[in-house]
Amino acid sequence: MKIGALKESFEGEARVAITPSSAAHLQKLGHEAFVESGAGIRAGFSDDDYRKAGVTVEASAADLIKTVDVVAKVRQPDDAEIRQMRAGQTLISFFYPGQSGELLEVAKGQGITAIAMDMVPRISRAQKMDALSSMANIAGYRSVIEAANNFGRFFTGQVTAAGKVPPAKVLVVGAGVAGLAAIGTSVSLGAQVYAFDVRPEVAEQIESMGAEFVFLDFKEAQTDGAATGGYAAPSSPEFREKQLEKFRELAPQMDVVITTALIPGRDAPVLWTKDMVEAMKPGSVIVDLAAEKGGNCELTVPEQRIVTDNGVVIIGYTDFPSRMGAQASELYGNNIRHFMADLTPKKDGVVDHNMEDDVIRGATVAHGGEITFPPPPPKVAAIAAQKPKEKPKELTPAERRAQEVAAFKAETRSQVMLLGGGGILLLLVGLLAPASFMSHFIVFVLACFVGFRVIWNVAHSLHTPLMAVTNAISSIIILGALMQISSGSWLVVILAALAVFMAGINIFGGFMVTRRMLAMFQKS
Amino acid sequence: MQIGFTTAAYVVAAVLFILSLGGLSGQESAKRAIWYGIVGMGLAVLATLFGPGAGNWLLSAVMIAGGGAIGWVIAKRVQMTEMPQLVAAMHSLVGLAAVFVGFNAQLELGRVTAAMAEGATEGFRGFAEVLTHKTAAELNMLQIEVFLGVFIGAVTFTGSVVAFGKLAGRIDGKPKKLPGGHMLNAAAAAGSLILGLLYCADIGPSVFWLVLITLLAFFIGWHLIMGIGGADMPVVVSMLNSYSGWAAAAIGFTLSNDLLIVTGALVGSSGAILSYIMCKAMNRNFVSVILGGFGGTTGPAAEIEGEQIAIDADGVASALNDADSVVIVPGYGMAVAQAQGAVSELTTKLRAAGKEVRFAIHPVAGRLPGHMNVLLAEARVPYDIVLEMDEINDDFPSTDVAIVIGSNDIVNPAAQEDPNSPIAGMPVLEVWKAKQVFVSKRGQGTGYSGIENPLFFKENTRMFYGDARESVNKLLPLLD
Repeated sequence: MKIGALKESFEGEARVAITPSSAAHLQKLGHEAFVESGAGIRAGFSDDDYRKAGVTVEASAADLIKTVDVVAKVRQPDDAEIRQMRAGQTLISFFYPGQSGELLEVAKGQGITAIAMDMVPRISRAQKMDALSSMANIAGYRSVIEAANNFGRFFTGQVTAAGKVPPAKVLVVGAGVAGLAAIGTSVSLGAQVYAFDVRPEVAEQIESMGAEFVFLDFKEAQTDGAATGGYAAPSSPEFREKQLEKFRELAPQMDVVITTALIPGRDAPVLWTKDMVEAMKPGSVIVDLAAEKGGNCELTVPEQRIVTDNGVVIIGYTDFPSRMGAQASELYGNNIRHFMADLTPKKDGVVDHNMEDDVIRGATVAHGGEITFPPPPPKVAAIAAQKPKEKPKELTPAERRAQEVAAFKAETRSQVMLLGGGGILLLLVGLLAPASFMSHFIVFVLACFVGFRVIWNVAHSLHTPLMAVTNAISSIIILGALMQISSGSWLVVILAALAVFMAGINIFGGFMVTRRMLAMFQKS
Repeated sequence: MQIGFTTAAYVVAAVLFILSLGGLSGQESAKRAIWYGIVGMGLAVLATLFGPGAGNWLLSAVMIAGGGAIGWVIAKRVQMTEMPQLVAAMHSLVGLAAVFVGFNAQLELGRVTAAMAEGATEGFRGFAEVLTHKTAAELNMLQIEVFLGVFIGAVTFTGSVVAFGKLAGRIDGKPKKLPGGHMLNAAAAAGSLILGLLYCADIGPSVFWLVLITLLAFFIGWHLIMGIGGADMPVVVSMLNSYSGWAAAAIGFTLSNDLLIVTGALVGSSGAILSYIMCKAMNRNFVSVILGGFGGTTGPAAEIEGEQIAIDADGVASALNDADSVVIVPGYGMAVAQAQGAVSELTTKLRAAGKEVRFAIHPVAGRLPGHMNVLLAEARVPYDIVLEMDEINDDFPSTDVAIVIGSNDIVNPAAQEDPNSPIAGMPVLEVWKAKQVFVSKRGQGTGYSGIENPLFFKENTRMFYGDARESVNKLLPLLD
């Protein structure tokens, strides 16, 4: 098949759907790669770079669309582009079918197959083609870089000869892919990072990235992210109130706020209100990654950087991935070629559009003159349902004290019982056994006691040498045999001699092999 | 030589033995401690040879020299992977020696009582002379001790022989029982007890009863260990270690020899503690291990969803090249494939590249307590990067790559997640918390316990199929 990438017609878009390196992978699948002249310029790939990778460069969009079977794009196609396509052709791009019904109708009318990269289901098999995640990752990273660029101070705390600099405090709202990337980037810049999310199950992920989870004490059974494909769901008004209260409390302390809260198919929830912005210190920065959907911050102006009256910078850019054109193209190109790999399972360059496949079915929004959106729910559950977690109850000092006392008492009781029982048993033995036995018995009991004390201190790693050495010294039984070997009875002499012989093997073998083992242990 | 001198030598030897075991608390002090043991043993043997009542020096010396030479050669030649079977074999020798010495005690007793009845009180040497001074009650006690010594010794002997066979692969490792199972063992034990009572009460032919007891004990040892599977061997070997000690202690009572008692007690408690540690590491109680097989499951095991995803050497190597911290979890499979050398080379290479490499050792990894540590030490892996389960379990979430080499049950998340799993509650190494897990394994089969391992189906797990040594060797040239 022939696959070609169009030059993005959207103003300022720097990304491109096929890079020279992803083209090489497409060729391995048996496809031919094409690209419109100048498509990669803004991402740093010249036409010559493409030619070197064996990609055919077409002069215009019209030429390209005429030549290829599969048109790859980053942004939604515009009307002109989609109308040039012919029936049976395939389009791969972001599509947002939920919001763009008209475009969907056009695609149906043209009879093309439209694959929406934003509709790839969130299952583990499809992670490699999840363009939303790869773009969100870039956006998260870039948001921190933009914030740092607009923030007049260090992110990291320093103690210098000229004075002490406290670390910047960063709050990340929404710990999806973008949020986690923003946390990671801020942490590595040295900031003190706090993060919030309505899904309690991501607390672990937040902490693993090095941020502190902003805990909201709220009794409502919080929604399980697994039920919504790993995305957040709208929360109740009470919960929202509580949440805003927490943010209000945090606002004056924060230097940088990065909001990434999005709910699929809805406008972004307003989480950072006007009064919070007013409470912030001058020079603070807010980066609103949800600007395209109206913004999480009340004052956000999409696609613009504004400065409020109290000196807070609010960044509402909507093109973060495009601002890192080279990186974004690289990852998007990989997403596309992974999708093509799924479409060409035999690697023979023939596209098999298998509508039974969960991933392909989910991403296909128009096929064979029909609109195939929304897809049926996938056959495999996306993410295992979260098991309700029992929170260990915080004990008050009094309770803890009571527990310790109880544990101590129980221990004392068991020790006294053990000692008492043992003592009585010993007394009984003493009543029956002859005196000479008892004197040996004392030795025996003490030796057991010493043995228990000593052996507990043996390092785990030396258990094998321990066994070998106890083996060697258990052949102390040789003493018994040596005492009997001088007997007058030949049978006793023979048996004793055999016992001496076997114990001899053990003594020498045991000690030798232990020495060998111990000699091997060495420090680095 | 005076009896006082011999006793003094015994005291010194006992102290040396205790120091020798105590020294095993650290790798460096252990190297000195072993000499305490050797000197203690030498002292004890010499003091006995030249002590009161000893004789037949030439025969003794020849036997010690002969046995010593064999022991020396075996110890020199044995492969470190064969340590479990060697230890088991040595236990069997102690057990058999205890049986012989016990029989001798009975034979001497018979001889002395017969002679005493005829009025002869002089002319006995060594142990026989000691017997002449005993009262009736003491002689009774002595027979109980002989019974215990012989019984425990005999169980140790056949048990160790079977354990040796299983560990060396000469007997099938699967648990096997005669029809009747543990009832047979119980019957044999009851039989021995009755015979023991007859023997101690001097009813009928004493020596004959003792022979019968020995045969029954042989049967118990054989049948008991036959019924226990390969992976439970760490417990079995430690238990037999313990038994060999108790047998020595029982014989010590018979011979009124305090050094034997002390040493036997030390060895006995050492083995008992090891068994306890091993059982705890498997979250099973001692009795259920000894009685063999898994039991007490309460419901069907949780279904595992997903698929095992294979990966090739290139993939593993590139992940290793990208990783900063690597944890390697070795298991019995590493010993079987003799992969420790290759693993050590891998470690050296990764460490040279500035990566943090550590080993996580589960207490029951391998077939002998501490088995993996010895193998890694043999391959010159520094012991300070070889960590115990408790030391490293919390570090997995911050680990980039965990490599599981030939272990299965000890990294099975079902132990924590599935209450119906037969190994539920067993402490396991939480490798699945690492960012990426590679499992080097021969094929898709289940481990010893026959339990599916959900680890292999996790999203961050990749299966690296093939012989462990070959797999690791394939990796080596691919690393930067």
